[in-house]
Amino acid sequence: MRLTQGTFSFLPDLTDEQITAQVQYCIDQGWAVNIEFTDDPHPRNTYWDMWGLPMFDIRDAAGVMTELTACRKVYGDRYIRISGFDASHGWESVRLSFIVNRPANEPGFTLERQESEGRRVLYTTRAYSAQLPEGERYA
Amino acid sequence: MPAPLMAVPPEAAGAAPAAVDLKADFEASGLPEIFDQLDREMVGLAPIKQRLREIAALLLVDRARQRFGLAVGAPTLHMSFTGNPGTGKTTLALKMAAILHRLGYVRRGHLVTVTRDDLVGQYIGHTAPKTKEVLKRAAGGVLFIDEAYYLYRPENERDYGQESIEILLQVMENQRDDLVVILAGYADRMERFFQANPGFRSRVAHHIDFPDYGGEELLEIGERQLETMNYRFSPKAKAVFARYITLRRGQPHFANGRSIRNALDRARLRQASRLFQRADGPLSVDDLTVIEAEDILASRVFADMPTGDAPARDTPAGKEAP
Repeated sequence: MRLTQGTFSFLPDLTDEQITAQVQYCIDQGWAVNIEFTDDPHPRNTYWDMWGLPMFDIRDAAGVMTELTACRKVYGDRYIRISGFDASHGWESVRLSFIVNRPANEPGFTLERQESEGRRVLYTTRAYSAQLPEGERYA
Repeated sequence: MPAPLMAVPPEAAGAAPAAVDLKADFEASGLPEIFDQLDREMVGLAPIKQRLREIAALLLVDRARQRFGLAVGAPTLHMSFTGNPGTGKTTLALKMAAILHRLGYVRRGHLVTVTRDDLVGQYIGHTAPKTKEVLKRAAGGVLFIDEAYYLYRPENERDYGQESIEILLQVMENQRDDLVVILAGYADRMERFFQANPGFRSRVAHHIDFPDYGGEELLEIGERQLETMNYRFSPKAKAVFARYITLRRGQPHFANGRSIRNALDRARLRQASRLFQRADGPLSVDDLTVIEAEDILASRVFADMPTGDAPARDTPAGKEAP
């Protein structure tokens, strides 16, 4: 099951050229660009690991793309996303976030139903891949 | 600022235009403006301005060729600026960034100035991230490495500079469309640096040598600097300053434009204290802007003159002369 999170997620995967253009847009808006990766695709997992520091002082997308290439070399088998953080007063939050790398095989999620007292049902989504320990999930 | 023209995708060979107008291209690129500015703001340096025009012409012709579908080697634009201190290397690097941006060979046209400190780390494993960080910052612009020869320290085998050099060389070769590297430094030491690192020499296409300024050029530089600070010489002061330049050039540690700037800063200091000590009434704008001959004559340069015609010095001058 193809993971759909963040902007552009229902489109086909972005090419590097398209990623460059989006990153340049973030830079032109004055947002700090971050590269994050994870192997836990659960939608509630908001804390992805950061690749390096947020990039505040970069003028051109090429700098971000070299970092992305480096990140893909190490974590090419995981999800990688790029986010643009707007530090300006009143926003102070992520303005744009999109997936730029995904594992070759995405097993998707299972929906667990837990029957509790009465006729109540508790639902849990669980990623199949997250059953393995971290680091071994998409190997 | 007009958008760089490279953004226009080169037409397919089939749809090539019948002819290109280089003149119109030149006008459209916004280059005349920059060259005018260069002529206005930078005194002398005729051979360098000529060289810049040549480079710009080559890039324009390359672009025209591309439009006809003719083979164009991606131009190597890395440069080395050699010359004595204060000859305008950094200023020109800024202009170079603007020119390359107008021609569309760098995407942003910003200049990142670094020295050895910014590139070389202090312990094992510190250098590569540091250098890469700088390269990332410079991407899309011009990386100006001042006193580049300090990167290479032959006397210390375990110096980390070599690591930095290797990364630089790799990027200069593989990411030629991402950034342009300008190495700068004194001519003789740069020569030795290139001898020790042949990789650099072959990757640097343009070696530009900055000549020292002549006396008249220095005087003009001084006047322009004063103008930007809203000061001016009295006619007598101008003559004295010309003499000051002649004397100062003969002395050691003369740093061309920079020495002139320092001399003027000191003259302003003396002017201020002169006004302060003698002020017995309201001062006019003229009083505040004119540098008098005595402000310059108080300099130590005149005091060291071996000939006996050293001018009489003002009483407070002795303390102020550097």
